[in-house]
Amino acid sequence: MNRAPTLLTLAFAFVVLCGREAVDAAATPAAGAPPDTAPAPTEPGQVILIQNATVLTVSHGAIEHGSILIKDGKIAAVGQSIKAPEGAQVIDASGQFVIPGIIDCHSHIAIDGSVNEGSISVSSIANIADVLDSDDIDIYRDLAGGVTAANVLHGSANAIGGQTIVIKLRWGQPAEKLPFEGAMPGIKFALGENPKRSNFRAPGEARYPTTRMGVEETIRAAFTEARDYKKMWGDYSRRAAAGEKNLIPPRRDLRLEPLVEVLEGKRYVHSHCYRADEILMLLRVAKEFGFKVRTFQHVLEGYKVADEIAAAGAGASTFSDWWAYKVEAKVEAYDAIPYNAALMTKRGVVVSVNSDDAEEATHLNQEAAKSMKFGGLTHDEALKLVTLNPAIQLGIDKRVGSIDAGKDADLVVYNHDPLSAYAVVQKTLIDGRVYFDRQRDIAERADREKEKKALLEKEKKAGEAGKEKPAEKKPAEAKPAEKKPEEKKPPEKKTGEKKPEEKPKPPSVERSTSPAARSAGTRLALPGGGL
Amino acid sequence: MYATFARRYLFVSMLIAACFAPPFAMRGAAQGGEPECFAIRGAKIYPVSGPPLENGTIVITRGLITAVGTNATIPPEAWVIEGKGLIVYPGLIDSFADVGLPAAPASAGGEGPRAPQGVSRGPEDRPATTPWRSAADEASLTDKRVETWRGAGFTTVVSAQKGGIFPGQAAVLNLAGDRAGDMVVRASVAVPVALQPSGGLANFPGSLMGVLSYVRQVWLDTDWYTKAVAIYEKNPRGVERPAYDRTEAALAEALEERALVLIPANTALQLRRGLGLADHWKVNAVLYGGQQGYEAANEIAAKKLPVLVNLQWPEKPKDADPDAEPSLRTLHFRDRAPSTPAAFAKAGVKFAFYSGGISAPKEILKAVKKSIDAGLSADDALRALTLAPAQIFGVADRLGTLETGKIANLVLTDGDLFAEKTKVKLVFVDGRKFEVREPARPSEPPKGDLSGKWKLSYTTPDGPEEATADLTMASDGTLSGTVTGKRGTATLTTGWVSVEKFSFTVNILLQGEPFDVIFTGTFEKDSMKGTLAVPGFSIDFTGTKPGAQLTTRAEE
Repeated sequence: MNRAPTLLTLAFAFVVLCGREAVDAAATPAAGAPPDTAPAPTEPGQVILIQNATVLTVSHGAIEHGSILIKDGKIAAVGQSIKAPEGAQVIDASGQFVIPGIIDCHSHIAIDGSVNEGSISVSSIANIADVLDSDDIDIYRDLAGGVTAANVLHGSANAIGGQTIVIKLRWGQPAEKLPFEGAMPGIKFALGENPKRSNFRAPGEARYPTTRMGVEETIRAAFTEARDYKKMWGDYSRRAAAGEKNLIPPRRDLRLEPLVEVLEGKRYVHSHCYRADEILMLLRVAKEFGFKVRTFQHVLEGYKVADEIAAAGAGASTFSDWWAYKVEAKVEAYDAIPYNAALMTKRGVVVSVNSDDAEEATHLNQEAAKSMKFGGLTHDEALKLVTLNPAIQLGIDKRVGSIDAGKDADLVVYNHDPLSAYAVVQKTLIDGRVYFDRQRDIAERADREKEKKALLEKEKKAGEAGKEKPAEKKPAEAKPAEKKPEEKKPPEKKTGEKKPEEKPKPPSVERSTSPAARSAGTRLALPGGGL
Repeated sequence: MYATFARRYLFVSMLIAACFAPPFAMRGAAQGGEPECFAIRGAKIYPVSGPPLENGTIVITRGLITAVGTNATIPPEAWVIEGKGLIVYPGLIDSFADVGLPAAPASAGGEGPRAPQGVSRGPEDRPATTPWRSAADEASLTDKRVETWRGAGFTTVVSAQKGGIFPGQAAVLNLAGDRAGDMVVRASVAVPVALQPSGGLANFPGSLMGVLSYVRQVWLDTDWYTKAVAIYEKNPRGVERPAYDRTEAALAEALEERALVLIPANTALQLRRGLGLADHWKVNAVLYGGQQGYEAANEIAAKKLPVLVNLQWPEKPKDADPDAEPSLRTLHFRDRAPSTPAAFAKAGVKFAFYSGGISAPKEILKAVKKSIDAGLSADDALRALTLAPAQIFGVADRLGTLETGKIANLVLTDGDLFAEKTKVKLVFVDGRKFEVREPARPSEPPKGDLSGKWKLSYTTPDGPEEATADLTMASDGTLSGTVTGKRGTATLTTGWVSVEKFSFTVNILLQGEPFDVIFTGTFEKDSMKGTLAVPGFSIDFTGTKPGAQLTTRAEE
């Protein structure tokens, strides 16, 4: 594994905020990557027939020489003998494979600004939905890897992190069109070293918690507060309903509202975790407060407590084969094994394989395939790791995750079996619209290069006419039209991660001073850094 | 020839110094005898409220416009200005700036948190939030830009403090007066919001999403405060008293006065987000930035939100890595940004211009010209500098057009406002006349390049001193740059090179008063010599380029 040294070297900078989080893809474009703007999708509403394909439905086996009829953005029919209706666009997929769109259950793409509100241990006030970035080129890159939906998560710098959202990768649409309609919103939790800030600390900072005990206490304290907040509003509503006059309503608290939603089952908990003990801890806390953990994310030691996870009805979203990183001072990924996904699957856990990274997301099909080698999952079981299972985990399986009539026409066309190393995405469709078309992308690259050169030339001339001599602009090198598989760089998960700006600050003292906290008389955190 | 010129020039500056004792000259008092009534006759007049008048007359009495027309009666007491060859426009309005507000102290200059304890652990600590600061209260005539902005034709600015998430409340300020209070046309017209994370890693909010949630919480708190106080005041007995919070109280009052909330939104992504924020925050919103509006003009028009357009168009960064290739999207943005105003005009978006990051006021109209070149009509451009900002900020009943009864803010030019060669000749602010002083600039092109770092040496009465001039010369000889000396760094306000002669001016504070220091002289390849003058005083200086010095040192 050439990955290990990279991981060792860069783990420090990386785990700072997010676990193995968002690589700044813009800073490290792969050779031969598509241009920085990409073709817009085809027109909506088109009736499309994909025919002569090997259709891997995921839900009911493979259909050789199969066809998929798409109407109004939905799959109208799947089978062997579907005639093209008049006026339908026919996509001949002879020798090609069609699978349901890949769903990445742990992504940090399409976020404007920082992935983390890393300043506080409970950052539930922050909401990824507020900062969706439809211009992020990673949307297009992941689309080119067959991803059609992603669970966009806040980072893991906090025991309770920000609110999260499921999106469809509708490249070219404004940000407001990205959210997956009707998908349950989520919230990120993080256990272990990251919320402890073991691997990074702002100078002079003393943030609570610094132990796993403290992480548990932070979560319990927050939910105690949320419970009181809920009660406060309940009391107010009752008194107001009883006709009491001169009642001052409680203040709304944007930090506690999402936690109340968790208590009411209106928001999923997606918890970053590594070790078995912390997984069991969160299950205990959840039971105490009466909420469910929807998914354990990363969950590297999940195989040790698979029965407990399955019994709690939680999903597990893990990496295919990342191990032995984060082994410096704070061991927590030491016991990771590539058999994790398969072992948990065999114990009845709904398992998905995620990317946590814009580049990794471009080949999740291959990540899923690894579980056939490590643990002997079947072809269908492996494919489910990145399609139906993440759909179930995100509560969107009625809409996506398999190729069935009535579901959204979110589909990927490959030139080979998607679980083969030779498979390359040819087309990606969302809601029946072609959002990525490999041939079209390649065809348009030359025009884009030309346009770019013309604009650079124009700028240069304007610069000469104005002030000074502008810096010489090197002509852009012609990009190779196609990227050969062997040229693909090994995943560099940690490169490009922006080091958080380090600002010296006086030692901070944790305190809880929100109006609600004051009036409820509860504490969110221990004073004095806890130690 | 040089000697004659230099002598004459020096003489002129001495004369200016003699005529105007510096403190008065610098306080922006009108030049001359302060008549109360003026008439400009025979000029072309652009009232903006109607079609232009050829050969028109405009009468100003005690700060107000008292007559506009082709046959307006000129009162006998009027000081008559022959307007032949001149064009009269309404005074220009810079719709979002901090001109007229003294520079914030260094600690508040950044976006740093202002929570009293310096630590912010959540919204309750009110990070980088000072909405009680009032530009009307802090307005000051000592800001050098009052004069430089006015010299470029701007009679009015909508100014607010900079720095922080809620920096303060904006005011409409006229750029003249005897006392600071005279500047205020209307206080608390807007509450600007910035969405810069103020906290970093250790302090809340450290992310854009954190800032957005924070601002939302502040609006909720303000709403709660308004309601809670009303309930409490009605019947305090037996009711727990709502705690006083300066932020909530200040914002509640501003919103009650229907202050606008200015939301930053420059890219299409931010503009669309801004439209959503205006809805969610339930405030009278105005977007500012607006430069990628060419992609979202129709959506903005549909929401009927006004936009303040930043005139500092995106450009290739000066220190750009020559090997780093900008994205096609970035190139599109730089290319098309000046076409945004035309797109707004076409879609029916109400918009006004603001100087944004432009620090040399003469560049402002050049930037407007770019948007005219990109399709905006000159009429719409003029409107975006006059009536449109007056309407947006609710002062169109007193500013923005040349109509009887309005405040006598006028700018007189010797040609079309947006033509390159046009000069601003006279400016009236509140009916007070200001001549625009500018050192005469020869028309011959420069010989050689003055660009570079120069070490300047001179001897003051206190002894020898040194300063560094970092100059950049444009192809037409216009100079920009900075001079760094014992008293800090000052940016050039004007400067030019013609043949081997040059002149540049910086403004520095001497004993708390701003003074122009004018450098004039001649240069050869690596050396320059000349005179530096402040009113009433001048000394010789010599200059060398450090490159040349290095050689000398090596020889030693």
